[in-house]
Amino acid sequence: MQLVLSEDQELLAKTAADFVADHSPVSRVRALRDSADPEGFSRSLWKQMAELGWLGIPIPENYGGAGMGLSELAVVLEALGRTLAPEPFLSSVLLGGQALLLGGSEAAKRAWLPRLTAGDANLTLAYQEARSRYDLRRVATRAESGGSGWSLTGEKIQVLDGATADCLLVSARSVGDERDAHGISVFAVPRGAAGLTIEPQQRVDGRAAARVRLAGVSVGEGDVVGTLGEGGDLLERVVDRACVGLCAEMLGSMSEAFDRTLTYLRQREQFGAPIGSFQALKHRAAHQFIEIELCRSVTMAAARAVDAELDETPRLVSLAKARCSDTAMLVANESVQMHGGIGMTDEHDIGFYLKRARAAEVTFGDAAYHRDRWARLNGY
Amino acid sequence: MADLESFRAEAHAWLDANAPRAVRGIQVTAESGGNWGGRRAVFDPPEMKIWLEVAAARGWTAPTWPRDYGGGGLEPAAARVLSQEMAKLRLPPPLTGFGLTMIGPTLLRFGNEEQKREHLPRICRGEIRWCQGYSEPDAGSDLASLATRAVRDGDHFVVNGTKVWTSYADLSDWIFALVRSDPDAVKQEGITFLLIDMDDPGVSVSPIGLISGKSPFCETRFEDVRVPVANVIGEIHGGWTVAKALLGHERTMIADVFGSFGGGNKKSNGSSALGELARDYVGGDPALADPVLRDEIARCELDERAFLLTVQRARDAAKAGHQPGPESSLFKIYATELNKRRTDLAVRIAGPGGLGWEGPGFDEDELTRTRQWLRARGNSIEGGTSEIQLNIIAKRVLGLPD
Repeated sequence: MQLVLSEDQELLAKTAADFVADHSPVSRVRALRDSADPEGFSRSLWKQMAELGWLGIPIPENYGGAGMGLSELAVVLEALGRTLAPEPFLSSVLLGGQALLLGGSEAAKRAWLPRLTAGDANLTLAYQEARSRYDLRRVATRAESGGSGWSLTGEKIQVLDGATADCLLVSARSVGDERDAHGISVFAVPRGAAGLTIEPQQRVDGRAAARVRLAGVSVGEGDVVGTLGEGGDLLERVVDRACVGLCAEMLGSMSEAFDRTLTYLRQREQFGAPIGSFQALKHRAAHQFIEIELCRSVTMAAARAVDAELDETPRLVSLAKARCSDTAMLVANESVQMHGGIGMTDEHDIGFYLKRARAAEVTFGDAAYHRDRWARLNGY
Repeated sequence: MADLESFRAEAHAWLDANAPRAVRGIQVTAESGGNWGGRRAVFDPPEMKIWLEVAAARGWTAPTWPRDYGGGGLEPAAARVLSQEMAKLRLPPPLTGFGLTMIGPTLLRFGNEEQKREHLPRICRGEIRWCQGYSEPDAGSDLASLATRAVRDGDHFVVNGTKVWTSYADLSDWIFALVRSDPDAVKQEGITFLLIDMDDPGVSVSPIGLISGKSPFCETRFEDVRVPVANVIGEIHGGWTVAKALLGHERTMIADVFGSFGGGNKKSNGSSALGELARDYVGGDPALADPVLRDEIARCELDERAFLLTVQRARDAAKAGHQPGPESSLFKIYATELNKRRTDLAVRIAGPGGLGWEGPGFDEDELTRTRQWLRARGNSIEGGTSEIQLNIIAKRVLGLPD
């Protein structure tokens, strides 16, 4: 494992940074929020990103992708994270795309992945429930066997980009009770299926999420993604991959929030001096710098672990998410505090970083959850 | 590469033929003094003396130094190969100490020809053991406020004052010291870097006990010690420049020590030292009975792994030909603060077993852990306090104003 960007990765980082500078200021996120945009992202930018080849980065070439890995995707997501770009990488490329890639039938992969990489169809994963918190295997949604397929009944919450997804991959159990680790399967449910209700949910970070209700939704035997009853393991692998992408996005967001705060510390004068000359603030800034540097190391390591399929991958993913979650919140809270009163106003952009940091922290498990997972994986 | 591989074969053969069998696998510590050399060198086992002599004759006590001064004249890549081959044969370094790591590199950079010829070969042969005289009772973090006086008297300086934290001064032969040669100049500008023979009349040394017990630290006093002006390194009154360069060596050394702590890039094998320790004391399988303690252990391990990955990232960037990035500025502070937390946690895991000081009723590990916890308090003080490190990051990396 080499924790350094290759020349190609450096080039990709430069392209992504230029793209973000030209097309994706934070004001875009504000405008989407203020207009209560029903989709929550820009279709035209999403198409441009597809043309740049970004949507297919972690998808093999035979499905229209670039056949690269998370190490490359992380470079793009870090750049997008800098200005909180809301395009559906996490839901479609990572959760949906990787679930199909790891568990989907050849027919399903051929049906969806080329359209996904072209930006013509989006996927998502409906895995969270009201009482599941971070436990991927706590699933109450039922899959009843009937006729030539399955009937799904239950409710999923905060399905990322649920209202715009063309296909939802839904976790449901065919055996056992809500807390059983086994008996879970993942089913592909197309948008518009009978019995499927999708209602947008408004979250603090403004990202598109939806409550999804399934009232006896019928799917066929061929719509099972992965091995029947072993969906828990599939979910864990998929979410690990998505987690790495999220960490990269968080790394970008925390770096940008920190840079903006440093600029403010240099400019803002009180008591006749720039507030950045005060040691009380200098030391806290230096502390944040250290934590962000560690986040970069662990995120790079986790991405490379996934790409190399190391046995240690789950541990390194939990390491990355635990550290990025804590640091994202530290930096976001300190950014608001160091901006003082202006940092509390909606007019200033720094608040968007705090809100997104909170949402990202909670997504796929917070730091305490991942420390617990690390301890379990290390046998204590 | 072909050259390197033939050098590897040659080095291996030479080491195998010339290094005494008895030194293989010997663990040398600073306390045992086994390879620190000097006028009062202790060779344990006695074959360490032969090992030192044959290595010095070949120039391999200081492999990268020029041959003219007793070094091996090797390129860094060849020196790495040599150290790999020594490791394969389980050979301890033939010589170590501040002569090789601190004053030697400083002399190579700032010393005049005469000084290099006088001191470097004696360092390479392990004849002289060196110590460092920087801090004073009233000059700690604010080192430039040091007050040890050096008054010019013909071709000598007369030195008066006290240095503290002079590690191993009681075992050393020479000291490199910062002295105030111009009391009227602004702080940094009146300082001279001076080499002093500790056998000279007027030098006295007393050990310093720490909260953790015995220590290598000493207090070194100078009373009317006459030092030749020829022993000035760099310019008279220009010692601060020399000192700063040397402090750079010291911080790299400290970070290296902690960077290798915990097995470097070694992959975790699924068990955890602190986790195992906790199971001994707390019990509870598979999950520890105490969830708070368990979380603290996980936090400590995550931070250690994150730090080691950052050290690896810096190394990988250097190997790829990049300039050192800002990440290297965090090594000293992070490694030391982490070691403080880790040693603190180890003692707390043991509960009452963490109170052992000496004698029966506590096992050896418990006694060691108590001392390590106390000794580690100093990690974030020595070699530049954590607060000074944060100042440096704020200023040099983040560009925050004074």
